[in-house]
Amino acid sequence: MNSGIPLQYFLILATVMFFTGVYGFLTRRNLITILMSVELILNSVNINFMAFNRFLYPNKLEGMFFSLFIIAVAASEAAVAIAIIINIYRRFTTINVEDVNEMKF
Amino acid sequence: MAANQIMFVLFSAMIVIFSILTVTSRRILRAAVYLLFVLVSTSGLYFMLNYQFLAAVQLSLYAGGIVVLIIFSILLTSHISQKFESSGLKKNIFSAIAALAGATLSIITILDYNFSATTEAAKEVTMKLIGSSLLSVNYDGYVLPFEVISILLLAAMIAAIVVAKKGAPKPTELPNINQE
Repeated sequence: MNSGIPLQYFLILATVMFFTGVYGFLTRRNLITILMSVELILNSVNINFMAFNRFLYPNKLEGMFFSLFIIAVAASEAAVAIAIIINIYRRFTTINVEDVNEMKF
Repeated sequence: MAANQIMFVLFSAMIVIFSILTVTSRRILRAAVYLLFVLVSTSGLYFMLNYQFLAAVQLSLYAGGIVVLIIFSILLTSHISQKFESSGLKKNIFSAIAALAGATLSIITILDYNFSATTEAAKEVTMKLIGSSLLSVNYDGYVLPFEVISILLLAAMIAAIVVAKKGAPKPTELPNINQE
């Protein structure tokens, strides 16, 4: 099943994915691409949870259920974020974060 | 090299390459499709770890739901052929330094730490076990987070509908309503 693959490989893979997401979060200016970077970050955390559950505590299910709940939170977060992005686009006709610099007063 | 090692190398190479392409691609629709590849490869990793239920959830919710939502909002808010201008070189360099420093620190810590696995027998993750744990109030039960997540999903659904439906009223339209 997972013989011959150490736990550390999964963790290093998740680390690389996480910091790729951080890099995208810092450099991107379009709101949708920022949201995509956040999805990358959440997804890499899920890989960590699953690897820990399978390699260190295979008699429990905590990691699996945490990943399930993180996926649900990510889905609701994406829905609300996209609703806000569409509202911003209607008001400012752009979703570039540097052009959206005033709040409703 | 065993078959599962080859699969792991394949999946991790796909994840690394496509996640870098996701955050560097100049065309937004391509970035969304690269994100789809990353999520599908992640579900392949879950299948390798023998969590079939979560892999199916990952495929249907992430790859099926969120990516379609993102692609829809891309089509609503930007031109497909539009290319981003490059964000400044200075910003790119400093972000890359921050990301590389964090990754190096984390990888050094991971390689340094001595993980110790439990010796108890592995549990077979069946669908029946998942269902009964989700609704159980005992020691291994997850009924409280289950209820919290259901409230959260309901609130997020209502919030998304309310926020996206109500267009911002233009200031010039308000006096007309008062005059009628």
